[in-house]
Amino acid sequence: MLGGFDFVNFIFMAVIAATPLLFATLGEILTQKSGSLNLGVEGMMSMGAAAAIAASYFYESAAGAGLSGFVSASLAVLIGFLAGALGGLIYSVLTVTFRANQNVTGLALTIFGIGAANLVGELLGIRAGGRTTVDDATKTMFSGINISTLSDIPVIGRIFFSYNFMVYLAIITAVILIILFNKTRTGLNLRSVGESPATADAVGINVTKYKYIAASVGGGICGLGGVYISMATIGGFAGTWDNNIIAGRGWIAVALVIFAAWRPARAMIGALLFGGLSALWLYLGPWLQNHLPNASIPQQVYNVLPFAATILVPIITSIRQSKDHSQPKSCGTNYFREER
Amino acid sequence: MKDEDLKTTEEHARSTGYKEHHEPWIRMVKRDDVSKKRAIAVRAAAIAGALIVGGILIFLMGHNPILVYGDMINGSLGSPLVLRETTRLAIPLLITGMGIGLAFKMRFWNIGAEGQIIAGATAASYFALFHHQNMPSPVLLVVMFIAAVVAGGIWGMIPAVFKAKWNTNETLFTLMLNYIALEGIRYLQFGPWRDPGMMGFPVISMFNQAARLPRVFGVHIGWIIALVLVALVYIYMKKSKQGYEITVVGESIQTARYAGINVKMVILRTMFISGAIAGITGFVTVAGANSTISEGVTGGVGFTAITVAWLAKLNPAAMIAISVFLAILQKGSGTIQTIYGIPEAAAQLLTGLILFFMLGCEFFLNYKLIFRGNKKGAAL
Repeated sequence: MLGGFDFVNFIFMAVIAATPLLFATLGEILTQKSGSLNLGVEGMMSMGAAAAIAASYFYESAAGAGLSGFVSASLAVLIGFLAGALGGLIYSVLTVTFRANQNVTGLALTIFGIGAANLVGELLGIRAGGRTTVDDATKTMFSGINISTLSDIPVIGRIFFSYNFMVYLAIITAVILIILFNKTRTGLNLRSVGESPATADAVGINVTKYKYIAASVGGGICGLGGVYISMATIGGFAGTWDNNIIAGRGWIAVALVIFAAWRPARAMIGALLFGGLSALWLYLGPWLQNHLPNASIPQQVYNVLPFAATILVPIITSIRQSKDHSQPKSCGTNYFREER
Repeated sequence: MKDEDLKTTEEHARSTGYKEHHEPWIRMVKRDDVSKKRAIAVRAAAIAGALIVGGILIFLMGHNPILVYGDMINGSLGSPLVLRETTRLAIPLLITGMGIGLAFKMRFWNIGAEGQIIAGATAASYFALFHHQNMPSPVLLVVMFIAAVVAGGIWGMIPAVFKAKWNTNETLFTLMLNYIALEGIRYLQFGPWRDPGMMGFPVISMFNQAARLPRVFGVHIGWIIALVLVALVYIYMKKSKQGYEITVVGESIQTARYAGINVKMVILRTMFISGAIAGITGFVTVAGANSTISEGVTGGVGFTAITVAWLAKLNPAAMIAISVFLAILQKGSGTIQTIYGIPEAAAQLLTGLILFFMLGCEFFLNYKLIFRGNKKGAAL
């Protein structure tokens, strides 16, 4: 029935498209676990994306001919993480210390982050005299790995052992968060801050500290999603800057947090589903062409799929009114010790 | 929680558990009231703070911030020509800001104005492109206006239906409808509405003269429509029963229910109006500014207008000033791009900074800080 549908490569592309979504979803889950609803994911991803290119570009200019792709890639990841974390930190200062409205602060962070990223990206372009692009040595670091024997196994090699290192980094991040939330004292404290900050405060947990750290590290993880998009996205455009490069994926991640019911393991499934939706046109299109030559689906219909599915998530959740595994209770409201 | 018993328990806990603790270095107390003078002063200081941080960034890029800001003002207000251009930029921001403001007043986070503008613009364009020969110009323009209002309103009401019935999160819903509307207009532009005379370029043809808004003082009459809307929205918000209902629902849905307000009805009605106003932006953009429609029809106005609404504290009159201010930023950023080569995204960054400072400064309006050892409480 599915003759001619390139299933193996479809899975491969779905994972590639899923990874930035997974990073961003994990970052936002961590943030929301502390009771902060940060809608600025798109902004933090943009900051991470631009910072990564900038880091590699400046390192390469400084290192000259003797540059190392490994150092360049490490710097890109590190600086991208820090840029996202800066976004999370700004959010924390405004909502935790200055008690600003969480919704509006998140929107402001989106506007700021996209603006800052576009500015940095364009300035780099001007410096480079055209389009900025990173060195091939750096690009190679962000392209697929090749563990000779493992990667050569048919099907399994392609599906499990052929991605770039950031795909595995995303999965490791998910595993770390699963352990953090469920097996550690810190995770327990974090969850109590998100569920009931007043109670957490009463038993001596430093609510402010937890909220700051969770939102900043969460922002950093979102930033990694941006790094992935600017540095590792497949095709000829890796390592070059495009304005508004995140193109709504930060918002899809916000929906995926709901879909994942605030659980990292489910975030992996959700990201893969949505990644699959956005990779579908590459494979379903040709397949349809072969089997139903008269039915032509315009590209825009495929483009709409992830966004339409994103709408379905909150609709279905709200209709079912599922109470279990729902959002941390204090999410969206600020905690004022003086106003308990 | 104002329960007396609870307070005593808490004090007890403090007197036993926190015995060793000193008075905190700094603590905050809620202010009872804020004078208008102080409110204006604090907000002005916030904008100044944002401009200073922006100035530092300009300095780091290797330019003199004072000269750059000067050229921004000059490039946006310095001559009748650029003044008209700035006005043209302010019109869609002002109109959309009012639509968003109505929704925000209800605490309905409508970030779907982009999509609502596209819906309105598309509906208006349909009549401009395919029915301009069937009616005289004034009738055509009115038909386009009504089409834009209805389309924008319906696009805005879709998430409201789900919000009213199931309390579905509107933030994501309204935002995703932007992307869907965008793909819709792309489909038309690359498909059925593509102008065959354009040698394969995917563009939609220019409107017939009959479908273009007349000009007054060199700017299309969108500015008059915007100012009339300011008056109407102001009266609607402040003087009408429906406006009052929006405020009550925004403050507390529980209270609104107690007061016998039909909350679902208010949500649906308000979001229709909110979307309809954004639809009007679509109408004036295609009929006034561009005389055609493309995938870039919104120019990001739907997002920038969120800033307009918020900075104006949702007050329609104040939105005039804010939208002009942001239009100056936008037009000015074009000027400094030409002169200094600073990318236009600088305006976006500056807008973000201003928002941050405005959000942060609210704290100093609502709370006063008391430093240790100062019993009288010197306010900061």
